[in-house]
Amino acid sequence: MPAFSQAFGIHERALGVRSQRMEVIARNIANADTPNYKAQDVDFKAMLKEAKTEHLQATHEKHFAGLTDAPDNGMRFRTPFNSSFDGNTVEMNVEQAQYGKAAVEYQTTLQFLENKISGMRKALRGE
Amino acid sequence: MQLDNVFGIAGTALNAQAVRMNATASNLANANSVAGSEQEAYRGKRPLFKALLKEEMTHGGAQFMGGVKVDRIVQDPAPVRKTWDPGNPLADKEGYVFHSNVNEMSEMVDMMAASRSYQNNVEVVNTARQLMMRTLEITKA
Repeated sequence: MPAFSQAFGIHERALGVRSQRMEVIARNIANADTPNYKAQDVDFKAMLKEAKTEHLQATHEKHFAGLTDAPDNGMRFRTPFNSSFDGNTVEMNVEQAQYGKAAVEYQTTLQFLENKISGMRKALRGE
Repeated sequence: MQLDNVFGIAGTALNAQAVRMNATASNLANANSVAGSEQEAYRGKRPLFKALLKEEMTHGGAQFMGGVKVDRIVQDPAPVRKTWDPGNPLADKEGYVFHSNVNEMSEMVDMMAASRSYQNNVEVVNTARQLMMRTLEITKA
């Protein structure tokens, strides 16, 4: 049923990227006191593009090796506002703000999905 | 699902911060301990945190990649203070006792920092839990 596999559009994949971002920021907060830990974040645009593209794959023995375009995992290191003594680049206030923002964005995507589901339900019921 | 991992990651951090608070409690409790020799004197304990960035550092069964663990506990290298107190039963031949090198002020500050970090991670768990509950409710939409 192609109608249902594409029913949620981009939001299905977006929800995955959003929850991954929550995980990355949780990592940063967990490692706020770890010496030499470098804070990371997810480039949402790059990850969503990655989720939509198909990469070159060697499917024949005569295909050139090494020509495959490396997948971009979307992870970027954060540039801190201030440098710290122990080489840690986690800035707790920034991470808290980003975590809150990521939570809201997650709920936004969730709301879009909910709307799609309730719309589909209405269509199925025919009320 | 990534939102599951948030609980594990925040859990490792709660654990690490609890160890840190335990070390602080131990340091504060021994702030006034004295010993009969420089070697036996109490030295402040400091947990050293390390990020769990590689698969082999984590234990099987649970996905805690990206969490934190207490790598080891190091001794505070600050010199211990010695005072002349011949009446003390622990005093050495020359009448000296050796105090711990714990600085109570910096221990209190460290305890507050650990407590704040702990609270941050509790908040992370709370938010993730709320989002997960909402995700479960998506079927009711």
